[in-house]
Amino acid sequence: MSTTTKLDLASSAPAKASSAKPRRGLRGSPTFAFWLFTGPFLIGLAIFVYAPILWSLWLSFFEARFTVTPDKFVGFDNYKYMLTNDDFVGSLGTFTVFAAFIVPTTWALSLGLALLVNRMRFMRAFFRSVFFLPTAVSYVAAALIWKMSIFSGVRFGLMNTVLGWFGVENIAWLIDPNPPWYWLVIVTARLWLQSGFYMILFIAALQNIPEELYEAAAIDGAKSGWQTFWYITLPQLRATSTAVILLLLIAAYQAFDEFFNLLSKTTWGRPPLVELYYKALGESQDYGAGSAGALILTVLICAVTLLQGKIMGFGRGDESK
Amino acid sequence: MSALSNSNWDRRNVLRAAMGLAAAGGLAACGGNNGRGGGSGSGTNLVQMFHAYGEAGTEQAIKRYAKAYKEANVTTQWITSSDFESKLFSALLTKNAPDLFEFHPQIQMVKSGQVADLTDIIDPVKDDFNPADIKSHTVDGKIYGVRMIDDPQFFFYRKSMLEKAKVEVPTTFDELMEAAAKLTTGKVKGLYMGNDLHSVNDTLIWSAGAQHLTEKNEIAYHTDGVVEGLKKMRTLFTSGDLLLGAPTESWDPSSFNQGLCAIQFCGMWAMPAIQDALGDDWGVFPFPKVTDNGKQSVYNGGWSMFVNAKGKNVDAAKEYVKWLWIDQKEYQEDWATSYGFHIPPRTSLAESATKLKSGNAAEGVKLFNEFGHFDNIGWTQAMRTAFEDVFANCVRKNMDPEKALDRCDAAVNRELKKLFG
Repeated sequence: MSTTTKLDLASSAPAKASSAKPRRGLRGSPTFAFWLFTGPFLIGLAIFVYAPILWSLWLSFFEARFTVTPDKFVGFDNYKYMLTNDDFVGSLGTFTVFAAFIVPTTWALSLGLALLVNRMRFMRAFFRSVFFLPTAVSYVAAALIWKMSIFSGVRFGLMNTVLGWFGVENIAWLIDPNPPWYWLVIVTARLWLQSGFYMILFIAALQNIPEELYEAAAIDGAKSGWQTFWYITLPQLRATSTAVILLLLIAAYQAFDEFFNLLSKTTWGRPPLVELYYKALGESQDYGAGSAGALILTVLICAVTLLQGKIMGFGRGDESK
Repeated sequence: MSALSNSNWDRRNVLRAAMGLAAAGGLAACGGNNGRGGGSGSGTNLVQMFHAYGEAGTEQAIKRYAKAYKEANVTTQWITSSDFESKLFSALLTKNAPDLFEFHPQIQMVKSGQVADLTDIIDPVKDDFNPADIKSHTVDGKIYGVRMIDDPQFFFYRKSMLEKAKVEVPTTFDELMEAAAKLTTGKVKGLYMGNDLHSVNDTLIWSAGAQHLTEKNEIAYHTDGVVEGLKKMRTLFTSGDLLLGAPTESWDPSSFNQGLCAIQFCGMWAMPAIQDALGDDWGVFPFPKVTDNGKQSVYNGGWSMFVNAKGKNVDAAKEYVKWLWIDQKEYQEDWATSYGFHIPPRTSLAESATKLKSGNAAEGVKLFNEFGHFDNIGWTQAMRTAFEDVFANCVRKNMDPEKALDRCDAAVNRELKKLFG
């Protein structure tokens, strides 16, 4: 009976459609909604991302000091200058040190927080919010708090006050590069700022792990705790971990605000973007060299990202889990 | 029942209403005074850009002067100090560039056509300006900026602390280091020269008997005296007698006023704030001579007004500069002495300014005249940054001074080649 009804409805539908007025213009197009919703973003992307990249590519072959509409073609001179510039090359080393610190520590901390929060039966939402909240703080504001309140080099800085209780002399955390205490300041600031965000990603991934897996493992004699974490939880988080590490690495490449505000006018602790700002853009207004450096960096980020994706199996789908 | 609730608000009506509102908003924006030319306000619209001064009342003063000008509508962009240079330089590349802005004389701005020739408005009163200020703004006989204020920079010291430690006012760098050691106690450091030490870059060169560039625009800072000075700076940096990691930089007298240090390098602008905090328990002295061949020195910094040569209202902007910074002596004196203390570049004003005639202010003027060095227009921002790197590398990071200066030479020579061929 029900089958007959369905057939009736199906057969009457075309007749109704044929009697209706034909749709006008783009509204009839099946792709209209697609363009309506993605069009503005594509236009924005073209204007604010692709056009500047192309403009930057063009500038990198010109002597572009104090102008972004240069006329003196210099070929690859800007690229040669940036690639032989000790400071720019050194900034890639700074990035490597920073990434080596920040990527594993943020991954571990955010995963740890996710496991803790996910297991909580009481005030889970509260703690999730508490750990996520720093994500909303600007890097500039956080850097200033770290610099002026917590790691101030004078006696009333929070850290120096605490150390003073144990008879330790004031430490100039950000001024003297020997020993390089500035890394402690930078890494803790970024950990505080971004761990909460990645914690949320891990919580979502944890909640997607089927409970049956743990039940089956328990039946097979697996002990809950480290054993289930190592053999079930961690492999199930592989796709999320890969994405998190990828995002962390890109974010490390893009580090600017906290370095710029914590370490103003140093020659150390400059990641690539800060180096580009000081040496090529900013006060020097050498937009040709700056563009060349930016494009070298872009190529490098793409290469590292593709390599990392290949090694960690990003995008392989379910089999990668 | 209202008409509104009675109407049929389908998606099409909502879209029409939204587009109507957007169009109305756009039209409204055209009619308002948005600070740019082309608005419906009467007269010409000019935009001026200033960095944020530390002294209270300065922003209001600049806006008050602008409001008193009747020939154009002048709006002010007041930029946080640390962001000023980057915002100014990037703004100058766009159509939203300010018509006028304050900065320091720099030859690359002249060569790239960013600043307008102001010779015609300055020439009639040229003789009343400090000749060094005129020279520092001149390229090929043309004057490209009007000095608004001169800012001598030297050391401020607590008289009582020096007396208690039985320390004389230092005249050599060695004496300065000894004084810093004697003045350092449990809670007070002997000396503060800023966290990055960049405020004393220039004075170290002069006090070591050198210059930045020769008259022919060749490197003149790479001398044995400067190398010796850098080594002494490194000794001082690692001595434990230098205040490091202070919450504010050396341009702010807070560290000195709060008793974090006994001696601080700062500018004359800080005198009123120091007077308020410490009464008469303070004095000033120039940067000591670094070597036997050197001489005590004072950096005569300051700010000048420039006209954006690529702006839409160059003539109107020049008229405003002439009106405010050449004709309005009352405002010039107010700007120089009512907030922080600065020396007016106009000789007649400098001589008549009553607040600069007594006490430490008079001493500051004396040091300015006796030991002062002015900006070299050929010493550009990029060169300045290169020499800042010397301080970072060899004073704070312990690189060999010769090696650090060699690296600086490479950067400066690259600049010189681009500017002078």
